[in-house]
Formats: sequence, structure tokens, C-alpha cells
Amino acid sequence: MASPGARLASLAHGDVTSLEIVALGAQPAGKVARSGTVWLRKEGNGVGSVTATVAPATESNVILWFRTFGAIAGSGFRRYATYRQAAVAGAVTNTVFGFLRCYVLLAVAGAAGGAAGYDREQLATFVWAGQGLLAVVLLWGWTDLADRIRTGEVASDLLRPVHPVTSYLATDLGRAGWAGVSRLLPPVLVGPLFFDVHLPARWPTVPLFVTSVLLAVVLSFGCRFLVNATAYWLEDVRGPQILWVLASGMLAGLYFPLPFLPDAVYLALQFGTPFPSLLQIPLDVLVERDSTATQVGLVAVQVGWAAAVLALCRLVQRRAERRLVVQGG
Amino acid sequence: MSVIEARNLRKEFTVRVRAGRLRREKRSVGAVDGIDLLVARGEMLGYIGPNGAGKSTTLKMLTGVLTPTSGEVRVCGLRPVPERTRLALRIGVVFGQRSQLWWDLPLRDSFDLLRHVYRVPAAEHAARLRRCRDLLDLDGFLDTPVRQLSLGQRMRGELTAALLHGPEVLFLDEPTIGLDVVSKQAVRGFLGELGRAGDTTLVLTTHDLADIERLCRRLVVVDHGRVVHDGTIAALHDRYGSRRLVVADLDAALPEPPELPGAPLRRVEAEGHRLVFALESAGAAEVVAALAGLASLRDISIVEPDIEEVVARLYAGPGGLPETFGRAGITS
Repeated sequence: MASPGARLASLAHGDVTSLEIVALGAQPAGKVARSGTVWLRKEGNGVGSVTATVAPATESNVILWFRTFGAIAGSGFRRYATYRQAAVAGAVTNTVFGFLRCYVLLAVAGAAGGAAGYDREQLATFVWAGQGLLAVVLLWGWTDLADRIRTGEVASDLLRPVHPVTSYLATDLGRAGWAGVSRLLPPVLVGPLFFDVHLPARWPTVPLFVTSVLLAVVLSFGCRFLVNATAYWLEDVRGPQILWVLASGMLAGLYFPLPFLPDAVYLALQFGTPFPSLLQIPLDVLVERDSTATQVGLVAVQVGWAAAVLALCRLVQRRAERRLVVQGG
Repeated sequence: MSVIEARNLRKEFTVRVRAGRLRREKRSVGAVDGIDLLVARGEMLGYIGPNGAGKSTTLKMLTGVLTPTSGEVRVCGLRPVPERTRLALRIGVVFGQRSQLWWDLPLRDSFDLLRHVYRVPAAEHAARLRRCRDLLDLDGFLDTPVRQLSLGQRMRGELTAALLHGPEVLFLDEPTIGLDVVSKQAVRGFLGELGRAGDTTLVLTTHDLADIERLCRRLVVVDHGRVVHDGTIAALHDRYGSRRLVVADLDAALPEPPELPGAPLRRVEAEGHRLVFALESAGAAEVVAALAGLASLRDISIVEPDIEEVVARLYAGPGGLPETFGRAGITS
């Protein structure tokens, strides 16, 4: 059992303006004064409570926030890591489809040796990295929130002291971390064994690519959250889900690289919709299709979309909570 | 000081009803219709009512999950919906019908995650967890993923999860639903101990009235979204005239039903071999003595008033109770 003083010290990260500690063990009741008034009282059941009013917006609050966020992300990693057979099956599927897509695109490039500004090596990298990123960004197959809304379990999410968008985002980053290990590596390691691939030649490409993937995960999460959140109004998300699967597959650059489209159309998609930011942009950054300045510009587009979609998620969540009907019981 | 204050609390849901082939009409359905509730710190409150009476809806409004249509609510001095995140740090909630734990994680990991989510200092967390492990006997399944736990084990896990941040108020929505006798006893014993300590306020909704009888001194009965009784269990018995019963088994049926002063005959069963008397002003000893003089007794027993019967009649509707209750129904 830590001494009251030690526990006080551990609590007093911020400027504690008032603090009430309910003791857990057989400590004597008493009064202690330490940067404010502190009441200690014994509680017989041993399941005590601590109420602390901490001065807002101190640096330590930010640290605590990140610690909470990190813990939720870590649990997301562990939760998804329990499903190992699913990860193996998924990685095999992604790899097999990698061969298929790679042969098709190389056939398109044909004798000319390139297409839409990509050479053969860049196309191979585009396909194999894309196959790996598919599960990291996770365009499809996430209905956790919609399921919880349908069953009413979303009520427990609202009873946590963390905003639902924040906790779902943290969990998703943990999931993406696990996918990075289990789903990204296999295709990325297998592809170069059978095809000539383009490897990054400029050092800024690497940090830009990592940032771009992170932003793509955040943005993809936001889009999935919005699709799932329609369940607050519709109770069944199959309709929006199908639209999302169609649009994201086509417009994110999964079925074919978007520069295959006319320039005007591609630009309109890039700035006017979030889809290219999900997959096309990270892959373009990786294959160094453009100058470093353009790469930075592409990542900036992603930042804009990620911020806008997250803000929209919070707005939608607030509207949803106002009209929420918790199903059953 | 009241931990929970609700004044004229209302919740209406809008439902769409078919009104013709294609037309749908909006109709509003009142789930909670003007509830007033004051709960003091450390109180153990049983909140009961038939299905659809508005129990869970009230609980959801008190915890900030649902926005009330109108009325005033304060829990721990906070307004539940606008200050939900702050309130979440000070209350614990257990839903018997749904899980708050993470399906894919072992209990131990869930508890550890909760420590970070609620930002509980490590020593504090460890002490509370140790206490719950002892009282609820969690050690056998701390490392089992939640999806593999039995219902009874999961419920013990849920209780622990709701208490690890040391809540001031614990809301329990049917915590013993579907549990076997042993698990029910474990849960009740634990809650009883928590309540006796007097620091945690408990609000318990249930359909199992034995939970209420064991745990709660105060009972609030709601029906059709309104409070129909607020008081002790004894007050409920008094109000509806439920009495202790003397059940006498006779060797031979009496030619005519006996009349005992202060103890009217409630029922005649087994073709006159069993007589059931209600103890109004007469004591059990007087009735037994009087009966012994009238007939040869084979067996005698005294039955405590049955809360389920009172509540069943209470649910059946206003006015239904006084006429039917306390009248001798001949069922032979």
C-alpha cells in the first residue's frame, strides 16, 4: 500500500486545486494540507474513490491524453492480433491477387514500357505496396460501430470518459499497426521476388510515405465511421456500405491507377473527394512519380481531408447522440 | 445531500406507424412521464417496474446516454448529457444484457485498459482490483478472453470493471439476469457488502424481486412511466394489505369455514384439508391456538408476505388491487 503522500504525489501531475482521496486500506482518517486542502477518509468496502479537480490545459494533461490514447491503440493491436488465422488467410489472398493485378497492369504497359507516366517498375511497386496497404488502410469490412448501434451496445461507448470518435480512432490505429506487421509485409516481400520493382531513390520519400500512410489510415477510419454512423438513422447500413465499397474501390486507385483517367477528372477526384487520399496518394508518394515538392503537396491534400472528415465525424456523432434511441432493454 | 436529483423527468420516443398503404404517421410514445426522484449518498435504491415501464430509459437518462425530452436531472451535481464525459468518471454502470468488456481481450487486459481510460493511479487500481478478485473470486479466469467466459463469470468481470475507478454511484440494470443461484448469491453478496460500506450509492433495476429484498431498503416502483410507489418494502406491504399467512393442514375437512377474529380466511385448498388465514390484528400464536381447539392439526406453517404477489398486483393496474386483494378466494 502506497503512503497517502506517495499517492498524492502521483496524482499531482497538474496544479491540483482540490483533491479528495478516499482511502483504500486501514488508514486512519485525518486531514492533510498540501497545496490545497486534502481530505482523507476511510472507506470500509475497499473500493474507494478519488475525485480530483485539476487545473485545465496543463502540459501533463496532454501527456495523460496521449497515454490514454496509446493504451487504447495498444489494446486495438492486441484485439486484432488474436485473429492469426484470419491474418494468414488475408495475407495469402492479397498476395495471390497481387500477381493477378501485376500481370494485368504490366500487360497494359506493354511494349511501350509504361503507362500514364508510370514505368514498369513503378507499376509493380504500385500493385504490391497497394496489396499490402489494402488491409492497413482497411477500406472494407469494418462494421463494428454499426453493429454496436444496432444491438444498443454503443451505450457502453458513451459511458466512457473518452470521446467515442477518439477511442474508435485509437483502436483503429492499433488495428492498423497489427495489419502493418501481418498484412503489409507479406505482399511487399513476395512481390520483389518475382518482379522488378521501383525502390525509393530520394530520402524524403520515406518519411513522406509513412506520414501519408498514417493519414490514409486516419482518413479511411473517418470515412468508415461516417458510413457506420448512418446506422444511427437507418438501423441497417447495408445500403451505404455497398455504395462505399463501390466508390472506394473505383476511386481510391485500387482497381487501376487513377492517372489512367483524363487529367481533369483525376484532379477533380483528388481535390473534390477523399477517395484518392486513401490509397492512390500514398502509392504515388512511394513510387516517386512526382517531385518532392509535389509529394509534400499531395500529403497536404490528405491532411486537409483527414481533418475535415474527423471534424465531420464529431459533428455527426453529436447529432446522433441527440436523437439516439438505444435499442432494447 | 442528494446524489441523484430528477424533477419531472420525461422522455418521449417518436415512432412511425403505418397509416394506409404507403403513408406513415409519426406518433409520440411516452416512455417516462414525469418522474421525480431524490437519492441520497450511500442509499441503495431498488427501481422496479414491468417491461416497458421506463426503468431502463430512466437509467439511460441518468447516465447521460439519452437526452430527456423535458425535466431537470442532476447526478453528482452534473447535468448528465452535456457533462457526460465528466460524469462518466464518477459513475459506474453495469448492464446485465450487454457487455462493457472487450470481447477479444482477457479480463486482465480489459481491466488494465480501463485503468488508462479512467486515468486511475496504478496503486489505487491494484488495490481495488485485489479487493474485487477476493470478493468475486476472479482469479480462475482473469486470463481468459471475455468471449469464452460463462455468463456468471462475465457478470463478475462487469461488476469489477464498473468499480475500478471508484464510482460514487453505481447503476445496475438487471445485474442478475440469467445467472444461476450460486452466481446470483455471489453478485448479491458483493453488492450487499458494497452497500453496507455506505459510500457508494446503488441504483438497481431488476425483475428478480429477491435482489431487492436482499439489498434495497428503498423501493421505487414505476409503471407507464410514472412512480407508483416510493418507500420501504414494508410500506408497500402495508399499503396493499399483504399479510403474513398461517397455513394449516387438517386431518379432516371442517363442515364449515371457521371464523377467527383478526385473521380472516384467505383460501381453502385441498378439498378443505388446507386452510390459509391472513394475520391482520391477531398474532400467529392466537390463530394456532384457536385452530388447535377447532380441529386436529397435521401441520402448520407461517408464510412471510410475498413481494412478488404485491408487485404483480401493482403492475396489473391502479384500482385492481384493493378489490381483489385481501378477499378470500375459494379454490378448492
